[in-house]
Amino acid sequence: MSVQKLPLAKAINESLRKALETDPKVLIMGEDVGKLGGVFRVTDGLQKDFGEERVIDTPLAESGIVGTAIGLALRGYRPVVEIQFDGFVFPAYDQIVTQLAKMHARSLGKIKLPVVIRIPYGGGIGAVEHHSESPEALFAHVAGLKVVSPSNSSDAYWMMQQAIQSDDPVIFFEPKRRYWDKAEVDVEAIPGPLHKARVARAGSDLTLAAYGPMVKVCQEAAAAAEEEGKSLEVLDLRSMSPIDFDTIQTSVEKTGRLVVVHEAPVFYGSGAEIAARITERCFYHLEAPVLRVGGFHAPYPPARLEEEYLPGLDRVLDAVDRSLAY
Amino acid sequence: MTVESTAARKPRRSSTKRVSAKKAQPSEPELVQLLTPEGERVEHPDYAIDLTPDEMLGLYRDMVLTRRFDAEATSLQRQGELGLWASLLGQEAAQIGSGRALRDDDYVFPTYREHGVAWCRGVDPTNLLGMFRGVNHGGWDPNTNNFHLYTIVIGSQTLHATGYAMGVAKDGADSAVIAYFGDGASSQGDVAESFTFSAVYNAPVVFFCQNNQWAISEPTERQTRVPLYQRAQGFGFPGVRVDGNDVLACLAVTRSALERARRGEGPTLVEAFTYRMGAHTTSDDPTKYRADEEREAWEAKDPILRLRTYLENEGFADEAFFTELEAESETLGKRVREAVRAMPDPDQMAIFENVYADGHALVDEERAQFAEYQASFAEAASSEKGN
Ligand SMILES: Cc1ncc(C[n+]2csc(CCOP(=O)(O)OP(=O)(O)O)c2C)c(N)n1
Repeated sequence: MSVQKLPLAKAINESLRKALETDPKVLIMGEDVGKLGGVFRVTDGLQKDFGEERVIDTPLAESGIVGTAIGLALRGYRPVVEIQFDGFVFPAYDQIVTQLAKMHARSLGKIKLPVVIRIPYGGGIGAVEHHSESPEALFAHVAGLKVVSPSNSSDAYWMMQQAIQSDDPVIFFEPKRRYWDKAEVDVEAIPGPLHKARVARAGSDLTLAAYGPMVKVCQEAAAAAEEEGKSLEVLDLRSMSPIDFDTIQTSVEKTGRLVVVHEAPVFYGSGAEIAARITERCFYHLEAPVLRVGGFHAPYPPARLEEEYLPGLDRVLDAVDRSLAY
Repeated sequence: MTVESTAARKPRRSSTKRVSAKKAQPSEPELVQLLTPEGERVEHPDYAIDLTPDEMLGLYRDMVLTRRFDAEATSLQRQGELGLWASLLGQEAAQIGSGRALRDDDYVFPTYREHGVAWCRGVDPTNLLGMFRGVNHGGWDPNTNNFHLYTIVIGSQTLHATGYAMGVAKDGADSAVIAYFGDGASSQGDVAESFTFSAVYNAPVVFFCQNNQWAISEPTERQTRVPLYQRAQGFGFPGVRVDGNDVLACLAVTRSALERARRGEGPTLVEAFTYRMGAHTTSDDPTKYRADEEREAWEAKDPILRLRTYLENEGFADEAFFTELEAESETLGKRVREAVRAMPDPDQMAIFENVYADGHALVDEERAQFAEYQASFAEAASSEKGN
């Protein structure tokens, strides 16, 4: 067994390193990923060790990055591209949505596009605008894409391995405010399936479902609720497309209550999809309507207001209270 | 002195620490220069400029004050007063030269680094700091000074500038539009599309690219294999490379491009060949990717020093001028410092302000819920006190 305690960013770095070592077709591409090692240093040292042919500093052009990654994938490579920040994926959105997502279907399954698009996402780091957004629903809505987000170092390591091995395009959302959180990674473990949700904490009174940066907040909320005698179950969904509804259903059948938590705006967000499906599946088990906690229908605010905007412990606990009051 | 153009450098393996190739030499035929790094006036056949000593002192003053403002903002970031700062250190001549070429009715579309241009437009420098402090996403009314909001998404504003210029032409006005962007931005699709549109519609726009040699860690040769100004040719309009550390040349070249736009002759691409002396932003660590000697080589071409040398040699400025300017700089620094420290955090309800011009039921609902939720803390606190 080989267990190391790693910050989440370093776990991804190790995972990319392993992928580069094991598969000569894996390429890393993006702005500043080479010499600088990325603005978050996620690709630190990889160009030094694997060279400029494998770890490629690209021109400052997101449509170009994704469009050429599609071409490289058509040629048999497995590109892992970095979009520097969430808010800068949109110049590439056209390539992702109109091309990357659809080619497999259009070719009647003949073409496979094993492209991973890494996007540091979410807020909480005091950044300027376009650096704190959570656009996952915009991708999950598009058939042909898989969308995942790890919440801890171990998942970051393993989910990246699995994303790279997947023959489908995977949008890999990295919770940037958790990059520096350390946790154990067993690099020899046998990981569970990429799209399976994980019970992060067992409980019996209510289910909190979250992914990426909000898992930690939900765990803290569950710990706080425990002091008040409430037992909350926390699910780490890990994947937003597909969503592991079975795990959510099992949990909700036990607890009778569900609160979905994410940073993205609630309106048309992933919580809406989960609420609708779980209401269908668990109608007779539910003691309260499925509640959602998330961002507002407003642009992500300037840094001095993000504490108010982001769902924190209090907003999660408030929703818990509201659910339990039914 | 010899010249190596960007194309001639041709690094197969890009070694970003190479120094010599980046030097812009006065003898470089493609580089418009009116004031050498040694502070000597030289002539250029196409870009004559005739400024009074007072006008030159004005340019000098603008550059010094802009640099002072920039330095103050950098230290305010270090003291935790600003979340981030994008310094323009080294780019003063490009910004003041081009900025002073503008007429009041011209319109500017900046990136996030155009503090010197903002200065020329009369935008109060303290207004630029709100977004870097994190209290707003802009903080000024673009129409007051015809200076658009800073744009962070690379290249986007070049299309806005083009569209605005198309509107100017439709209106039959004779003002011009200027779009600022970096060498890295030249790789973006939006920039290529703005070139296409402006050429096709003959839009009165000047594309002002400050080639400061780097896009965060990536050198210009990671964006292009031809000198950037030559791009324009393929789109059907002229491109010119100007010594971006020469304020006189930047003024002359921009003025000429603006006049061309006003005459209805369409766009021009100006590439100001300059250097970002500091980090990309305060979050960046240039020691990871660039050599100290490179910066030192460019320091020798400092835009402010060279004008000072010239002004002194010609006897245009005496000691009193510089002393007074120094005092003025200090006053500006102090004013900026105080203004930033006094800048209040926005009200929480600001999150819901201005999301829509006409209002929106969902926003109203969320605003009310949020207000009620926030009030519940105050109630809880006061009832605790009451107990
Ligand atoms: C579309 C987009 N992609 C990436 C970024 C992140 N980013 C911010 S500044 C920058 C480099 C810009 O370089 P350049 O255009 O040369 O301008 P400079 O900052 O050097 O003035 C990058 C990659 C961004 N802001 N927008």
